[in-house]
Amino acid sequence: MNFEVPIGPQHPIHVEPLMLRLKVEGELIVDADVDVSYIHRGIEKALELRPYIQGLYLVERICGICNAAQSLCYCLNVEQLLGKEAPPRARYLRIVVEELSRIHSHLLWLGHYLHTLGFETLFMYFWRDRERVMDMLELITGNRVTTAYNTIGGVRRDLPPGAEQKLRRTLDYIEERVRYYEKVIDSEPTILARTQRVGILKPGDAVRMGVTGPHLRASGIKHDVRLDDPYSGHDEIPFNVITWDTCDCYARVKVRLRETSECVNMIRYALDHMPSGDYRLKIPPFFKAPPGESLSRVEAPRGELVHYSISDGGDRPYRYRVRTPTLANLLSVVEMLRSRGDYEVYIADVPAILGGIDPCICCSARILITDEAKKRRMITTLDDIIRFSRGRRVERR
Amino acid sequence: MKVPGRLVAEALKSLFRRRATILYPYRELDKVHLPEGFRGRIEFDRSKCIGCQLCFRVCPAKAIEIVDDEKGKRPIFYIYRCIYCAQCAEVCPTKAISMSKIFENIALRKEDMVVR
Repeated sequence: MNFEVPIGPQHPIHVEPLMLRLKVEGELIVDADVDVSYIHRGIEKALELRPYIQGLYLVERICGICNAAQSLCYCLNVEQLLGKEAPPRARYLRIVVEELSRIHSHLLWLGHYLHTLGFETLFMYFWRDRERVMDMLELITGNRVTTAYNTIGGVRRDLPPGAEQKLRRTLDYIEERVRYYEKVIDSEPTILARTQRVGILKPGDAVRMGVTGPHLRASGIKHDVRLDDPYSGHDEIPFNVITWDTCDCYARVKVRLRETSECVNMIRYALDHMPSGDYRLKIPPFFKAPPGESLSRVEAPRGELVHYSISDGGDRPYRYRVRTPTLANLLSVVEMLRSRGDYEVYIADVPAILGGIDPCICCSARILITDEAKKRRMITTLDDIIRFSRGRRVERR
Repeated sequence: MKVPGRLVAEALKSLFRRRATILYPYRELDKVHLPEGFRGRIEFDRSKCIGCQLCFRVCPAKAIEIVDDEKGKRPIFYIYRCIYCAQCAEVCPTKAISMSKIFENIALRKEDMVVR
């Protein structure tokens, strides 16, 4: 007998509003449907209404955790429109902050993932160590979370005196801890039992679905925007692209752990080879961008982040489009949740599979989903919105 | 190799280590270290202001309002709308605006959250 089990939009396994409809036969999941359109925030429209300098701070708030990547992508986009490039020192400083926030994001995810698996002890340790990284971000940028570090034409402040030694000490600490955690995760039977051979995504499926970031690399495909399309001096800094070919949730944990140590090495290299000179171009706060369009790509902690803008020659973008990594990765959840052949997915695996893609729903809620199975398309017209705002129920057409 | 309880040694070590958290609101306030350049509550030096209104124009959160007083046009900062980006402090030509280290921005009256 078939049942439909709804998970979300409010559910303890995931704090963000995501709706998963699972079709189950007993404990076995046979089909799934995913809906993210609960928190549409209208950020793209809001960006069209304000000057470039104000948009910079709005873009940071698309996602709190990858705010450094978001603002970097925005700055690269606007710099491309203006035909300017940040000075070499700014590019290296951008890498330092970007990689620091990647360490912070990965440690946060690892802790949170173990928390969803029910391993609270390691969750506490991960978040304790993450706090050291947050202190470093605060020291360099002036704030723990929303860094407001990148600006159009460079970065907003230089490395403060004495920061380099503190940063190096923190990096040593993080490197040692990550090595220790890898040993723990490799030997802990509870973690292995919940992650190995769970949520398998084959490389072919991953490419077909346009999966990005650590999630794609955990399927064994060597793809990284920092390597394929170096955007901020990444071609000068050597690093390894971490891949793992077991394609399951365990691979996702391993890839992110190894990437954390890779970030440490990248920051060390950037500090060793830090160029001298200016850290920002002199660009007035208000300017008009020449007409044209530009596209920028950044490897955010969760995957490939794409910003696209059109300028009509004014002081604000004519159109701004953001494609966040979670939107690309979310579709693969449906594929991973579907049992087929000897690959069986149970309801208890849902937190492990959903958590494995590092979902950040509030970044991605900017589409309406078409539900082909029920022949129901959710297109909301202006009249519907007006009716909805007057408190009447909107008919779905 | 599967070895259960590898964390036991770490847990025992943590027993004798210094606490990672700070007993923040009531005790150990001296352990709260804020770095130089921390972006806290806005401080405004009214005597330095020349009334150029640049801060008002750049503010992404619309936390700044311009009012007329005896000296001309001067800004008012609504802290409860501020997002602490420090863009106003950056563009200020006379450095009349600065970011202090005050991070506890809680008040019972709305007027306490306004910097003039």
